[in-house]
Amino acid sequence: MQANALFSTGGWRVVGRFIALVAVVLAAGFAAPARAELEIDITSGNPQPIPIAITNFAGDNPNATQIGQNIAGVISANLERSGLFRPLGPARFVQTPDSLKTGVRFADWRLIQAQGLVTGTVSQSPDGRTRIEFRLFDVTAGQQVTGLAYTVQADGWRRVAHIISDAIYKRVTGEEGYFDTRIVYIAESGPALQRVKQLAIMDQDGQNHRFLTDGRVLVLTPRFSPSTQEITYLSYFNNRPRVYLFNIDTGRQEVLGDFPGMTFAPRFSPDGNKVIMSLATSGNSDIYTLDLRTRRQTQLTNHPGIDTSPSFSPDGSRVVFESDRGGSQQLYTMNADGSDVKRITFGQGRYGTPVWSPRGDLIAFTRLAGDKFYIGVIRPDGTGERLLTEAYHVEGPTWAPNGRVLMFFKERPSGQAGKQRQAKLYSIDLTGFNERQVLTPTDASDPAWSPLIP
Amino acid sequence: MRFKIISLVAVAMLATACSSKPEQTATATTGGTAAPAPAAPAKPSGPVPGSAEDFIVNVGDRVFFGFDKFDLTPEATATLDRQAAWLKQYKAVTITIEGHADERGTREYNLALGERRANSVKNYLTALGVEAARVQTISYGKERPQVVGSNEAAWTQNRRGVTVIN
Repeated sequence: MQANALFSTGGWRVVGRFIALVAVVLAAGFAAPARAELEIDITSGNPQPIPIAITNFAGDNPNATQIGQNIAGVISANLERSGLFRPLGPARFVQTPDSLKTGVRFADWRLIQAQGLVTGTVSQSPDGRTRIEFRLFDVTAGQQVTGLAYTVQADGWRRVAHIISDAIYKRVTGEEGYFDTRIVYIAESGPALQRVKQLAIMDQDGQNHRFLTDGRVLVLTPRFSPSTQEITYLSYFNNRPRVYLFNIDTGRQEVLGDFPGMTFAPRFSPDGNKVIMSLATSGNSDIYTLDLRTRRQTQLTNHPGIDTSPSFSPDGSRVVFESDRGGSQQLYTMNADGSDVKRITFGQGRYGTPVWSPRGDLIAFTRLAGDKFYIGVIRPDGTGERLLTEAYHVEGPTWAPNGRVLMFFKERPSGQAGKQRQAKLYSIDLTGFNERQVLTPTDASDPAWSPLIP
Repeated sequence: MRFKIISLVAVAMLATACSSKPEQTATATTGGTAAPAPAAPAKPSGPVPGSAEDFIVNVGDRVFFGFDKFDLTPEATATLDRQAAWLKQYKAVTITIEGHADERGTREYNLALGERRANSVKNYLTALGVEAARVQTISYGKERPQVVGSNEAAWTQNRRGVTVIN
């Protein structure tokens, strides 16, 4: 029944420094493409989460068995957090990991209302290389819909769990996933009047957390390069606020450009060859790019208003930014050379921190109106504004690489008697549903979501 | 806004032109420390004239701004007039003007706003004759509040330009 053929696709992928991944497709033997039921439309408002059974992957030794459990746990948590899946409790599972190796009894899984079933195996060779296989079954249709195998070093299992989560997400939603990603953000600690801020990085699920700076120097607004290996951010090193580059692998920090004043609000261009930022001199902020290869500085705006928070469109042809040139903080777009400036927001209050979606279809922003802050999205032509969430203070949206989920930070007001200000990260679906706190060891702000890790 | 600042600076320049106070130069000191205290021999305690403490206590080190504003109020210009006079008396002193914003704005906008505020102060002081070479500016945006609190009273005190004696 499960005599699956093994087709090798693609070759080696070098991951980080130590893990090499070999991905092969485990195709179903007799793939009669019956109409798959295991689909979800994530563009609709608030879809019913799909009930899915994620079984422990069967190991061929005790260590592999433990890894198999860990993998199932990571996948389960990822899919649950997406709001699109409802992982079923293992107590109701009708087959053990070992019995699944000899075949899936679809009728039994239907009894517990599972629509999807995830199974897998972990096998280790004496040299420590670990082969992880997984299969996704459409229980209703009674067939395998996806199967993949990866060979990694033993400590590579966590990344494989994220890659498997992305494969399941993609198969069911039709969209790329976003689980094999990292978050860089500002970790905050200490009292409100002497706040300590550190660069910190973690996997999107909060694992592998580490601090990149020690907190002695104020740092703000980190953003990933497209390669995910570098971060551009603002540092107050030597009391000179300037845009810096941080190499995650080497820890090397480098000031960007030679500007006669404060540089801030940096972001990479989509090809990673430029950083776009603001320069403030003599009370005026304009937008510049710095070419990282030639070190050439180019001025894009020249206006007495505040021009800041620039963000490239994914094709690099346009830039969205905020400016108060019209009297209050509003969003504008322009060509990448600074020409053809168009105002795109006209609503009440103020609009800031625009970020172009990786899909190109929307721009996320922070809006201040009345005594509240909002996170919203708008089309690049200025139509279709939607507000996703509101609070005393929410700010700084960042896109998941698939353009379906946003992360931002939320601060609660400082109470009386020195009650501590609190700042935390949250994620929310583009639909405005599924708002969740992203757990961090300390207070947190200024999140930036990485692209999918190459 | 821009025009307002320029006209304000022009007025300030006129004011300076009319009253280039030669009598103040007599008390100018070199070295930023422990100048003889001609005005206060009778007072054994209190700030040392020419010191940062003297500046804070007897002159006033900060001015406040309206919400999302960077123009100087009459109260602010009165403070800055005193600052300029003091700085012209103690010519060895150099200063850093910090621009700050309240928490009711986005981080990057507030950095730009703080920079505007610091430069409003700098422009006013230099128009009164304080040498630009003695004046540095830095914006902290909303990163360094003076007062904890999510209310108008706290925000009012946090929207400030602070002249710090280096």
